[in-house]
This record gives sequence, structure tokens and C-alpha cells, in this order.
Amino acid sequence: MERATAATITLTVNGVAHSLDIDHRTTLLDALRERLDLTGTKKGCDHGQCGACTVLVEGRRADSCLLLAVAVAGKAVTTIEGIGGAAAGEALHPVQQAFLDHDGYQCGYCTPGQICSAVAVLDEHAAGWPSAVTGDVGAEEIVLDEPEIRERMSGNLCRCGAYVSIVAAVADAAGAQS
Amino acid sequence: MREFGYDRATDVAGAIALLGADPHAHYLGGGTNLVDLMKLGVEAPTRLVDVSRLPLAGIEVLPDGGLRIGSTASNSDIAAHPDVRRRFPAVAQAVLAGASGQLRNVATAGGNLLQRTRCPYFTDVTKPCNKRVPGTGCPARDGEHHNHAILGASVQCIATHPSDFAVGLVALDARVTVQESDGPREIPLEEFYRPVGSTPERETVLGPGALITGIVLPGLPIAARSRYRKVRERASYAFAIGSIAAALHVTDGTVTEVRIALGAVASRPWRARAAERVLLGAPVGADAFADAADAELAAAQPLRDNAYKVPLMRNLIVTMLSELAEAPGR
Repeated sequence: MERATAATITLTVNGVAHSLDIDHRTTLLDALRERLDLTGTKKGCDHGQCGACTVLVEGRRADSCLLLAVAVAGKAVTTIEGIGGAAAGEALHPVQQAFLDHDGYQCGYCTPGQICSAVAVLDEHAAGWPSAVTGDVGAEEIVLDEPEIRERMSGNLCRCGAYVSIVAAVADAAGAQS
Repeated sequence: MREFGYDRATDVAGAIALLGADPHAHYLGGGTNLVDLMKLGVEAPTRLVDVSRLPLAGIEVLPDGGLRIGSTASNSDIAAHPDVRRRFPAVAQAVLAGASGQLRNVATAGGNLLQRTRCPYFTDVTKPCNKRVPGTGCPARDGEHHNHAILGASVQCIATHPSDFAVGLVALDARVTVQESDGPREIPLEEFYRPVGSTPERETVLGPGALITGIVLPGLPIAARSRYRKVRERASYAFAIGSIAAALHVTDGTVTEVRIALGAVASRPWRARAAERVLLGAPVGADAFADAADAELAAAQPLRDNAYKVPLMRNLIVTMLSELAEAPGR
């Protein structure tokens, strides 16, 4: 059976459609960084364990290092460059502003992933999703308190250990949004 | 990573045909485990048949009050579904206990069942491993095995199944619906995984090219009071070192219905049938719970560095059953 190992795909990133010739082995992370020069998304562990590569796919957060670009073709991808309006000289997203206000980073390498993840955490909470620390998994109202934020953000590691400020930033952004 | 072909299936029959056309093809669901294993060289398929966009993502209530979870439903959608949360809480809790928000959004129901062990020797291609390369040996038995199996293992392999979801499912009598080249099939999850024996590389009873289409949870009233609890080495985002899913019904001080499954102790989600037999008809209380735990764990074969799992699982069983016995509405 004839076996092509590359394909021409359309990758829609931050609202812009890109046509790319890619080897099937290319991850979404590598396509973003190496082909589209969107280097805000970081490569940390490259095995789905650290969350530095977190982006939104169809509005849901995902580790881009474990997604094959060919499998994401046709779906809407949002990277840190597409969060908020800073690229167009407009206001930051409330989560971005909160990370600045609370100094929610040290070296900054995990920050794009943390922010993409936090944006999704607020949406997931607004949709009523429970977490592993939700006392009553069937509850209709869930308060996004510190244990909930820590659990929901646990897929994003920060080797500098800036977690205290990250939790404060997410809590602040959650309060501002509700 | 080896080069591979890629096809996106649009229907179940097409997916099976595509897979059958290439002897080294794999189905691709969310890919959160498979893509990682391909990066590590543990898996080297020559073709991926992407089944993630098949119309199998629905979660529907069945006439008996049960649920059908489509095989491409994301872990997140399962855990967020109102009927899963209210009527099968152990399943929702188990899903939420696994992985991270990012991974649960991508990982599918079918893929969760078929994920591979995280045994460090299995995922390291420079090491022998009977599961990865049959006949090469098992370094875990005398090596790093603090999180390996205490039940149902063999000389050839002591790896554990890593799923939380499957533990909740097997406690509640879930069945796996499968499409094979010669037609559909339904398999109780308890019989879905093969005993390890001398063939640790053969993990399930699925035939060649079989595609999981869904998971059926029967409409058990007791499921609404089920719970899942997981013990791990850090507070979140880690695999279990021990877990339990259970449900208990007591009538006039006597156990009249009970379901218990254990995780991170065996090559498959472990239905604790011996414990259930001890409990059924027994007077409810700490003594019966301890007797049940001891009956299940009598078969345990701990190794040098995982013997802690025996008292850990005993305590988990007793504590979980005590909590269920004291919960309102039992």
C-alpha cells in the first residue's frame, strides 16, 4: 500500500490560516515554533509532563508537544500570541495582567503555558466542570478557591517555584471575571 | 521516530479497513500516550489511522438508566457530564484523578482503556522488557519496582495498568463495545484484559484490527453512591500507588450489595471479588471490612520494595468501606 509520510495541511492559528507542507511526525509544538515562528509556546519536557507547551485547541487547553500537527489540521489553535490584544497594541487579557500584578513568574519560561492554561481553567470553571478536589463531584456550584486552583493548574510545572504568586494571579483573574 | 503514513477515518468500517491494509498500523485517538511512546521508540507504527474524529464522542442515557460513553469522548467530557457526576460519581472522580486538564481534554475513553503501563523498563528501549520485546527478561523484579504489582503478576512481568478511569468502570460492571472485522462484540471490562501469565505483550482480548466503539455502564442504583479514592506520591498529576473504587449497600445492618475495585496493584483494574464475597451478607462494621481486605490481599505477592502496598490497600479498603457505611442515603 502506497504510504505518504508527509502532507499539506491547513493550520489555523490565532485566526490566521496557514498552508504547511509537513512531515507527519511534526508535532503541533514544533510546527508553531519552527515553521510559523510563534516561539511564545515553549518546549519544556516534550512528553506532556510539564505544560510549558500549553495552547488552546478549539478553545480547550492541550499540550501541543503530544499533538501531531496533521491531526490538528482544520481545528482552531490559539497560542499565547493570540491571548489578549497586546500584539495589536490593545489591552492584555485579565489573566496576563494578573500575572504582571502578582509577579506570577521568575524566569518566565513556563509563563506562556501557565497563562494559556489559566485562561482555560476560568472557562472550565464557568462551565461548571468539577476537579479532583471538588468535595461533591455532582455539585452545581463550585467555588474556585486556592485548593481548586492548585489542582486545576497542576498540569503546569514551574521549576522556579513561583506557585504562590501564580495561584494569587489566577484567583485575582477569576475574581475579576466573575 | 520512524516515518509513518496517516489516514483520517470517517466511519467505523473505513477505520477497520484502513487498519487492516497495513500490518503495522495503529489507531490514533487523542495520542497522549501513543505519540509519547512513538517519541520514545517504544512504538513504531508504519501508519496511523486517526479515529479521533469518528462520530463516537457522545454520552447517552440508556433505557435501563445506564450510560453509553462513546469511545472518542474526551476524558474531560466524561468527567463533566451531569449523569456521570450524579449517577456514577466514582467514574467522574476517577477520571478527574488522572493526568492533567490539558491531557484529559485530548485523551479519549477508548484510549484510556488501551494506554500502556508506565513501568520505567517498558518505556526505556535500552532496557530488556518482556512486555515490549518478549523473551528479553524483566529487570523490574530485582530493580526499580516500588510501584509495581502485588496481585496477579507473573515471573515475566510485574507492571501495573495505569488507568484510574478503568478502576471506576470495572467496579460498576462496565462493558466494552467493540467492532471487529466480523462484527460487533461486547466484552465485560473485567474480562477485557488478559491475565499476564507468560504473554505480558498480549494485554487485551481484542482481535486484530478491533476498534473500541464505546463503554456501557449498566443502570445500577448503587452506582449513585460510589466513590473513588487515589493515593499518590504528590498531591496531584501523578499516577496512583494505590486506588479504590467502591459502592456499598446495607440493609438492617447487613451488607446486601457491594462492589470494590483496586488500582495500581495489578496488570489490570482489579475487581476485588474475594473481598466482595466476604462482605455479602456480613454484619456491617470494621471487623467485616478488615476481614474482606485480608481475604483479597491474601493472594498478594509483594516484592522487596512494594510490600508497603499490602497495608496501604488494606487501609484504603477499610477506610473507604467505613466512609460508605456512614454516608447518608446508603
